[in-house]
Amino acid sequence: MAEIRVENLHKSFGDFAAVKNSNFVVENGEFFILLGPSGCGKTTTLRMIAGLELPTSGRILLGGDDVTFKRAAERDIAFVFQLFALYPHMNVRKNIGFSLKCQGTPSAEINRRVEEAARILRIEHILDKSVSGLSGGDRQRVALGRAIVREPMCFLMDEPLGALDSEFRHLMCGELRGLHNRLKATTVYVTHDQLEAMSMADKIAVMNKGLIEQFGPPQDLYARPASMFVADFLGSPPMNFLHFNAGLARGSGEARLGDAIVQMPVVHEDIAPSDLALGVRPEHISFDDRSALRGSVYGSEYLGTTQIVTVNTDFGQIKARTKSTGEVRPGANVGLRFHADRLSLFDRGSGRAIRSALYEEGAHG
Amino acid sequence: MSGAVTTAHSVVEPSATSRRIAAFLVILYAVVTMVPLAWIFATAWKTPPDSISYPPKVVFDPSLEGYCNLFTTRTRQTDEYIEALGPPQGACDEVTRKREMVIAGPSNYLPRFVNSLIIAFGSTFLAVSLGVFSAYAFSRFKIPLADDLLFFILSTRMMPPIAVAIPIYLMYREIGLSDSALGMILLYTAVNVSLAVWLLKGFIDEIPREYEEAAMIDGYTRLQAFFKVVLPQAATGIAATAIFCLIFAWNEYAFAVLLTSGEAQTAPPFIPTIIGEGGMDWPAVGAGTTLFLIPIVVFTVLLRKHLLRGITFGAVRK
Repeated sequence: MAEIRVENLHKSFGDFAAVKNSNFVVENGEFFILLGPSGCGKTTTLRMIAGLELPTSGRILLGGDDVTFKRAAERDIAFVFQLFALYPHMNVRKNIGFSLKCQGTPSAEINRRVEEAARILRIEHILDKSVSGLSGGDRQRVALGRAIVREPMCFLMDEPLGALDSEFRHLMCGELRGLHNRLKATTVYVTHDQLEAMSMADKIAVMNKGLIEQFGPPQDLYARPASMFVADFLGSPPMNFLHFNAGLARGSGEARLGDAIVQMPVVHEDIAPSDLALGVRPEHISFDDRSALRGSVYGSEYLGTTQIVTVNTDFGQIKARTKSTGEVRPGANVGLRFHADRLSLFDRGSGRAIRSALYEEGAHG
Repeated sequence: MSGAVTTAHSVVEPSATSRRIAAFLVILYAVVTMVPLAWIFATAWKTPPDSISYPPKVVFDPSLEGYCNLFTTRTRQTDEYIEALGPPQGACDEVTRKREMVIAGPSNYLPRFVNSLIIAFGSTFLAVSLGVFSAYAFSRFKIPLADDLLFFILSTRMMPPIAVAIPIYLMYREIGLSDSALGMILLYTAVNVSLAVWLLKGFIDEIPREYEEAAMIDGYTRLQAFFKVVLPQAATGIAATAIFCLIFAWNEYAFAVLLTSGEAQTAPPFIPTIIGEGGMDWPAVGAGTTLFLIPIVVFTVLLRKHLLRGITFGAVRK
């Protein structure tokens, strides 16, 4: 098991920069997720760590060794592909043992380790079956088996659950995280599904257009998004943005939205009058008739214990997550109150989050 | 609604009547195409007089004469000479003596047939091997001018190969490849390799790169990954390509007539020469043709599982 260090990694395909100056460290035993929309460079980053692509510039260190230009075979890593890449001409046992055979492991030892891996994944009963008849979940387990049987320095997984249906994906999420808890293997996992990422990761790096927008534990990313992109990408429904124009002085803890004054964490920088966005998570909104910030209810979605209420305001449409016990009528005029110390403020021009008490608190603890 | 259910028929499944019509048409077509083949098989077992009788004999006494004549050369002898020989040695001796002839020695059919085997299988092996490596390279690597190169390879098939027969004849004579098995193998390989590259590229394109990448991460070199992972999955394509190449090389007549006359002569130019030897020996021609068909049939039957998937390949995506 090893630490993975990525330094100033850059990759261009012709004129197109797929990955721009990425820096991150995956600590020993960590479950690290590269999250982003398709085409953001997350798979390219993973393939460079694996040695399937060579970077244009930058360095990759695996357990302290510079492996930037080493062949994939020399890196001692295991890769789980989205489409599993199980060899159709071999049965499950041979698929799992394929890498050991290459290393010249004696066949008794191969058998022992294949069975051990199968036991961990609970697929002993299909060891002698052909891979073509397997269900999606079993294929996934065989692909994992092929990875864990090698006991490599780290696991790299490229959307391994992408080919499964949603119900099953949820189950496999739990299984994967359980497997990680037992093996404690350094894992880099690529996905575009924020729910998957939030539920499994120790740390997440959110990528967009080749850049790492933010890097940290999921709780941090969710509570203190560094950019509007991250705020919008994480959470379902995503963070609401109330658009307004204002200038704020350092130390100010209020924003003026029309007639309403909204309390928020104290900002730690001076802001010249500009286009801003107040970021509010749906669960930090409540209805309060005394509030001066008004909106009209557009509709609601019932989700069991909670409901998502869509409200049109002068500053944009927002979605609030409230208890489903409170009744809301479409068209009703409601007052909105926000959870004052959980609000984020963004500069709409750059999309960057403005430093405030909320963010400092995160940086210190 | 219940009425609709009872009268409705499936849109996907053909009805019993259309099945019967389809079966009838297929059988009819099969019969029509099989008649010449059946005629050849039958002729091979006839005596020469039966083979040219009019109206043709459908029921006849089978005779070994066709096969005997195919494999032997015979000389005409006087009755006294034949009687002095004593009892005939084996079945062929017997049918030959009835025609007042004796067996003088083996014919050239067997060596010509062996030539055909060597040249056809040799060139097929070469064309498919070269083809699979080139196709893999075209499929996986960024090759400068790849499209132009592929077009160039294909363009060698844009005229009938026989159009270059005279230059090749002169070149072969100059460098000593005329009437040699090596020359014929090279020639058929050159003709087949373009077909092989194009067919195999399609098959290899369909094999996801992830398979090799997985193998390379598992510690294999690219070449090992190619042999252990790509080749087994391309087996269908290789089998289909091999059959197409083999059929061409096996049946090729024009170049064989032009470039081979003795040592390296293949069966196709040899069979017609039987007709010239002492009259129209149709049973021997029938026998030669029947035996000539066997290798392709055997090869195709052995690979039929792959072939069926190979020919319909690309029609349905997985």
